[in-house]
Amino acid sequence: MSVLHVELRSGVYRDSVALLQLSRDLVALAGVEAAQVAMGTPLNVEVLVGMGLPAPPGTGPNDLVVALRTTDDDARDRALASLTAALAARAGVVDIAEQPPRTTASALRARPADLVLVSVPGESAFVEAHDAVTAGSSVIVFSDNVSVEQEVALKVAAERADVLVMGPDCGTAIVAGVGLGFANVVEPGPVAIVAASGTGAQQLMALLDAAGVGVRHCLGLGGRDLTAAVGGRSASQALRALAADPGTETVVVVSKPPDPVVAQRLRVEADDLGLTVVWALLGPDQPDLTVAAEQVLAAVGVTVPTWPTWTPASQATDKAGALRGLFVGGTLCDEAMVIAAAALGPVRSNIPLREPWRLDVGGDLAWDCGDEHVLVDFGDDALTVGRAHPMIDPTLRERRLGVEADDPRTGVLLLDVVLGLGAHPDPAASLAPVIARISSPVVVTLVGTRGDPQDLARQGGALAEAGAHVHLSNAAATRHALSLLTGAGR
Amino acid sequence: MTTPPLHGLLGAAPSVLTVGADLFAATVRDQGADTAAVDWRPPMPGSAADLARVAADPRRTVANADALAAMTGAGAVLVDVVPAADALGLRRGAFLHAGPPLTLDRASGPMLGALIGAVLLEGLAATPDDAERALREGRSADGTPITIEPCHHHRTVGPMAGVVSSSMWVFVLHDPVHDGTAFCSLNEGLGAVLRYGAYGTEVLDRLRWMSRVLGPLLQAAVRRRVAGAGPVDVRAIVGQMLQMGDEGHNRNRAGTMMLVRELVPELLEAELPPGLALADVAAAVRFCNGNDHFFLNLVMPACKLALDAARDRPGSTMVTVMARNGTDFGIQTAGTGDSWFTGPAGVPDGLYLGDYGPADANPDIGDSAITETGGIGGMAMAAAPAIVRFVGGEVGDALAATRAMYEITLGEHPAYQVPILGFRGTPAGIDVTAVVRTGILPNINTGIAGRVAGTGQVGAGLVSPPAVCFTAALTALAAAVPREPA
Repeated sequence: MSVLHVELRSGVYRDSVALLQLSRDLVALAGVEAAQVAMGTPLNVEVLVGMGLPAPPGTGPNDLVVALRTTDDDARDRALASLTAALAARAGVVDIAEQPPRTTASALRARPADLVLVSVPGESAFVEAHDAVTAGSSVIVFSDNVSVEQEVALKVAAERADVLVMGPDCGTAIVAGVGLGFANVVEPGPVAIVAASGTGAQQLMALLDAAGVGVRHCLGLGGRDLTAAVGGRSASQALRALAADPGTETVVVVSKPPDPVVAQRLRVEADDLGLTVVWALLGPDQPDLTVAAEQVLAAVGVTVPTWPTWTPASQATDKAGALRGLFVGGTLCDEAMVIAAAALGPVRSNIPLREPWRLDVGGDLAWDCGDEHVLVDFGDDALTVGRAHPMIDPTLRERRLGVEADDPRTGVLLLDVVLGLGAHPDPAASLAPVIARISSPVVVTLVGTRGDPQDLARQGGALAEAGAHVHLSNAAATRHALSLLTGAGR
Repeated sequence: MTTPPLHGLLGAAPSVLTVGADLFAATVRDQGADTAAVDWRPPMPGSAADLARVAADPRRTVANADALAAMTGAGAVLVDVVPAADALGLRRGAFLHAGPPLTLDRASGPMLGALIGAVLLEGLAATPDDAERALREGRSADGTPITIEPCHHHRTVGPMAGVVSSSMWVFVLHDPVHDGTAFCSLNEGLGAVLRYGAYGTEVLDRLRWMSRVLGPLLQAAVRRRVAGAGPVDVRAIVGQMLQMGDEGHNRNRAGTMMLVRELVPELLEAELPPGLALADVAAAVRFCNGNDHFFLNLVMPACKLALDAARDRPGSTMVTVMARNGTDFGIQTAGTGDSWFTGPAGVPDGLYLGDYGPADANPDIGDSAITETGGIGGMAMAAAPAIVRFVGGEVGDALAATRAMYEITLGEHPAYQVPILGFRGTPAGIDVTAVVRTGILPNINTGIAGRVAGTGQVGAGLVSPPAVCFTAALTALAAAVPREPA
C-alpha cells in the first residue's frame, strides 16, 4: 500500500523549472513512485488531482505544494529530507569558461591576428583561408590538396584586401623572425627569400646559415604561384612589400620550373621596384640552388665557404645499377632530377621533368621501373592524402627504402633529410639503422641550420656513421651520387 | 605617410592565429609569438565542396551584412487586434498551422488535435470524429472546402500547433522601418489548450470567450493606445524582458507584465465594445496577467517582422525561418527565398509535468523557434538564469549555451542584450555555413506537447534542429552561386 503525502510550504518560492528538476530528482529516489513539487497555480493543482494527490483546499499560487507517493514511510522521510536539502542548497560559483573559437572567422572577430596559419585537411582549407582574407589577415595555407581554382580565387581576393596568401602547400615561412610551418631556425639578416618552393627555401636558408648570413623573411608562395594559371600573384605582392621593407637588402626568388612569361613579368616588376633579386628559378640550364646561394653571398659581400659534408668511415662498394632517389622535399627532388637528367637522360618520377617520364606511384608503394633511374617525391599531394607530411611521418619513405635496398638493380640511393621547426624531432634515429643495412652506396642531402632543434652536426654525424655520404648542398649530394654510379647506369 | 604594403605585415613579429595541426600552434608559441588557436573540427560529412563554393560567393559577405542589419534594425509595434478573417482574409474552412507544409496523413497527434478543435470551433463539424473526417476529406459535411497551409506562408506565426482559423483574433504588428506586417494568434494559457492539441469543451469555450470578449477588448485598448500615446513598442519590451530574467521563448513573465502594464489604463478608459461590462475587463486582465506566456505571441511576430525584413537577399546564408509542424523541422534562408529545407523533427530533451515522461512526448512542434531565429529564446539562455535547469542545471551551463551560439551567428543584436555577459548583444543571425562548419546546432527552448491528440502540454525542454536542414540549405545555396565570369 503506497504512502501519500501532501503538504503546503508557504513563503517558499522557486521557479517552475527549478521545481520540475527537483521533482524529477525525487522520483529517481528508491521507493518514490510519484513526486510533484510545484507552486500551487491552478494548472499545477489540476495536475496534482490527475496524479491522485490533490492539494488541500485553498492552495494558492504562492504556496509550494509537496506531493509524494512512496512505497513506505521510510521512503517518504528520505524524500522529504532530500527535498529539504535541495531547497536549502545554493548554487556554486558561476563558471565563466570562454567558448573557444570554432572557425577562423569567429577567432578573428574576437581577436584580430596579422597572420593565420591554416593546416586543416585540404578540402576545408579554402574556407578557413577565405575567412582570414575576408577579415584582412594574411594567411599561410600549409594544407595541400587545394584546387588551383580555389588558389586563384583566394589570391584575387587577397590582392584586393592587400594581404598575402602564402600557399597552398606552403611548407615554410618566416615573417619578421617568426618561423611558421617547417621553418629553419635562422639568425636575423639582410636577406629575404620569396619561395614558390618550401624545401628550396630551406636549402637556401641552410646554405646561407652555413656561410653566416641571416634571413629576415622567407615568404612562401605555394608551389604553383609562378605557373600561368596563378600568374605569380603572391610573388608580385611579396616583391612590392619587400621593396618597401627597410630591413631587406637582397631578395632571392626560388621556384620550381616557372612559366616563362610569369617569370619574365616578375623580373620586370622587380627592376621597376629597384630590388636586388637573385633568381633561383629551377630548370634545365638554370643555376642550381647552391649556385643561387653563392650569388646571394656575392650580393651581400660574403665569401663562399666550403659547403659542409659528413663522410662515412667505411664506404659501401660501388655497385652497378640505377639511381634511386627517395625525397621528402619536392624542390630537392626537382633539383636532383635536373642535375641527374643532364648526365643520365630520362629520370622517372611522380613529379617528372617531362610528361613521358611520369611514374604512377600507387598507394601500395609497389611500383617497378626495371633498371630505370627513378626519383620520387614523397611530399607530393598524391602520397599525403590522409596522412602527415613525410617530414613528420617518415613511415612511407622508409618502407619504400627497404624495397629499393633489396632491389639488385639499385646502384646508388639518394635521400634527403630536412630539419627545422615542426619537422621530425630526430630523423636520423629511425633512418640510420635502415641505411646501415643497405649494401649500395647511400648519399644524403641534410638540410638544416646550426640553430635547428634537431642538432645539425649530430644528425650529420649519425647518418655518416651509418654509412651515408652526407652533404648540406643538394646539388653536391646529387653530383656525388652520380659519381658513384657505375656500369650500365652510368 | 602611406601605410606599408600588406598592412605592415613585414614590420614586426606578427600575431598569429593557427587553425589545424596542434604541432604548428606549439611551434609558433614556443618562439614567444603572440598566438591563438582555433578549436577546429571537420565540417558535417560531405559538405566541404558546398562550403567552399558558398565561401567563394562574392555576394555573400555583403548580402549577409545586409540581412543582419535588416533583421536587427527592424521595428515591431502593436497596431491592432482583429479577427483572422479580416487580417488575413482567411475564409471559414481555411486553417493555418505551424511549421513547414504538411499533409494530414503525416500530421502528429497534437497537430491533428488542434485542427480538429479548430474545425469544431468554426462549427464545421459537430463531433471530433466528424471534424477529423472533414479534415481528411478536405470538405465538411455542409460542403465547405477544408484546407491547411503553413502560417509562415501568410506572414503569420503560431506557437506549438499554431492553428489559426477565421474566427480567431490575431495581433497585428507593424515594422515601421521596413513597412512590414506580421500576425500571431492570442495566447490561450497553459494546460489543456488548443495549441497543444487539446480540443475538449473547456478548450473550445475558452477560445470562444477569447473571440467574444478578449479580442474585442484588446482591440479597443490597442486602438486607443495607437490613437493616443502611439502603439506599444514590442521590440522595446523584448529588450527589457531580457534584462529581467526572460529569454522570450520559455519564459515570458516579465514581458507579459510589461505588456499588461501598458494596456490596463487603455482598457479602463476605452469605450467598451457592445455587450461587454467592467467584469469582462477584469476577466481579460486576469487572463492575460495569469498567463506567463501571454507575451510570447507578441515576441514571435516581432521576430517574424525582423526576419521577413531580411528575406530575399541572394547570396545570404542567414536563416530566416526555423519552424516545426510536429512531424518535420523546416528552415528557410535569406538566400533561397521561400524554399523549405526539412528533416524529421526531434523529441525535445526536457523536464516533464506530473507523471508524464519522454514516452508521452510528441516530436518538436511550433513556429516559436522564430524567437531563436531572431536571436533570443534558446540563443539568449544566459539571460534567463531561472530556467537554467533546461540546459543542465547550473548558471554556467546557460552561459556556455549562449556563448556557443556566437560561433554560429553573423553578429550580435544591438537592442537585445544579456546582462550577465556584460550586456553583450544576443547571438543574432544564424549562419548556415557556420552551423555546417562547426556542427553546432541552434539551441531551441520549447514546450513539449503530448503525442496523443487532446492531451495538451506534458513538459518543456530543449531541442535542436536536424542537421540535414542545414546541409540541404547549404547545397541549395551552393547551387545558386553564380558562375565566375570568364
